[in-house]
Amino acid sequence: MITLNVNGRDHQVDADPATPLLYVLRDELQLNGAKYGCGMGQCGACTVMVDGAAVFSCLTPVSLLPGRRIKTVEGLGSAEKPGVVQRAFIEEQAAQCGYCIAGMVMRAQALLEQNPSPTPTQVRDAMSPNLCRCGTHMRILRAVDRAADAIKSAGVDLKEAGNVRTG
Amino acid sequence: MPFPLLSPRSKLGRAGLRTAAFAFGCAALVASVPGCAAPGAEGAHVTPVSPLSIDDALVRKGATLAAIGNCASCHTAEHGKSYAGGRPLATPFGTIYATNITPDPETGIGRYSSADFLRAMHEGIARDGRHLYPVFPYDHFALATPADVQAIYAFLMTRAPVQVQVPRNHLPFPVSVRGSVALWNALYLKDGVLQPVPGQSAQWNRGAYLAEALAHCSACHTPRNLLGAEKKALPYAGGEADGWHPPALNRSSAAPTPWTSEQVYTYLRRGSEDAHGLAGGPMAEVVSNLSRVPDDDVRAIAVYIASLSAQPAPIAKARAAEGSSGDAQTVARGQVIYAGACASCHDGGRRGNGALDLSLSTAVAMPTPANLVQIVRNGLTPAAGERGAWMPAFGAAITDAQLADLAAYLREHFAGKPAWKDVAGAAKKVREEQAKLSQASAR
Repeated sequence: MITLNVNGRDHQVDADPATPLLYVLRDELQLNGAKYGCGMGQCGACTVMVDGAAVFSCLTPVSLLPGRRIKTVEGLGSAEKPGVVQRAFIEEQAAQCGYCIAGMVMRAQALLEQNPSPTPTQVRDAMSPNLCRCGTHMRILRAVDRAADAIKSAGVDLKEAGNVRTG
Repeated sequence: MPFPLLSPRSKLGRAGLRTAAFAFGCAALVASVPGCAAPGAEGAHVTPVSPLSIDDALVRKGATLAAIGNCASCHTAEHGKSYAGGRPLATPFGTIYATNITPDPETGIGRYSSADFLRAMHEGIARDGRHLYPVFPYDHFALATPADVQAIYAFLMTRAPVQVQVPRNHLPFPVSVRGSVALWNALYLKDGVLQPVPGQSAQWNRGAYLAEALAHCSACHTPRNLLGAEKKALPYAGGEADGWHPPALNRSSAAPTPWTSEQVYTYLRRGSEDAHGLAGGPMAEVVSNLSRVPDDDVRAIAVYIASLSAQPAPIAKARAAEGSSGDAQTVARGQVIYAGACASCHDGGRRGNGALDLSLSTAVAMPTPANLVQIVRNGLTPAAGERGAWMPAFGAAITDAQLADLAAYLREHFAGKPAWKDVAGAAKKVREEQAKLSQASAR
């Protein structure tokens, strides 16, 4: 058994230690936000946060994760009460098919937790590992800007705001 | 006389040869590059060159030579304008910011005559008479013909001027006193253009000239002494650059399969080679710059570089980084990490996506964990704006101790070599250096 802390709650997971986090999230914990895209760390659809930084959950074996804080898109907010970054993505209508969006939101969340007012270049650099096949990149960039503005005007600390405990 | 034969002041014993070189260079090129004059005292000669007066063919030749010389790599800051400087260069002595070499008269080299430029390239002395630091590899450019240096001058003076002041260097005393470099020059700066080696082919000699006088391959691939000079007794025995270990290219190469000149050519041309893997870190920039260089020159460099490992050479004492074999538990934990994080690309039986069979990896087989740590933590990405194979970064997912576990497994399973000592310490150092450099860049 491996203990994983996901969205603020400990979970006992009976999985082979080499199992990628993505499968445990989706198949054991019913957290289906993170998606399987390429399985090779090339697309970012599976992006979640570990200790505040974005990682590819498809390439992160659970053996690396005991004692660390995992956050998924479900931890940011709900459909009724979306988090700051989620709300910005909705307001910019940044999703088309939506498959990449949970990963995009998590990559943006990790950036804005580290750096609440990034320059356009810093946003592009930070978001570059994540791909959108529909081509809504421009809306996604606007959504990140909007989230940064919202953080600034509301004076919220993104690390604390709206965290949802799941499971 | 348009260019009085003043002796350069700083170097004893060099003056005669240097002056002759100036005279030759200026005489040969004064027709095509105006403003050619021997360096005088500071500010003695201010004749900005009109880009329109410079011959196109010379500019094109200079573009090729500057690409081989890898000038853009150091003299361009991250997201900065090309050649406008400002990139922080971490040296063992402190952080030095690369200078602006666009033709801006205030902050760049706009007031350099071609003779000023030749002196900077051959002797490491700026137009105002100050010593430049040897992180600028003028000890290599001193081997280049004056004609080639003037072509690079023609190329740089026809770039768009960019007015940008680079940050001040962070150097401790006494290195902060530029005059201290005179001592270094007396010890390590050699005179004279590189001469062909009789008995070697014209192609080999061309490659040797390009690699030594312009590309300065050995600046990274040769270990350095306490004063930061290349150890001439250990040429190409593997060095240090930006926290990477540029591998040995001589007989002591750790490459699991030997390099042929055809393979070196492919690697330099494409940034990857099936039996050796991807160019990473500073080498990715070299490959990117070489994309502007004609095939003949890249082939010549490849012939020369491949010849280095074909002859007996002294072996560097870098083996100290190797310890005993990893303990069974460490290796087992590493195997689990490999299975979950690495195997889907590196061991999936699907070739052609560029993921190397790690039994062919030089990074795993070399005497230090530096490159493996860099690659695992930061991934491998093509140079900005270039396409190419891409490995994701694992730095956010893997702790220093876990990286050490992984390294122990890779060493034992793929290289069949003793575990490296203190991989976790190396990983910690890379993290800290990066934090320092990103702070320096943000300034």
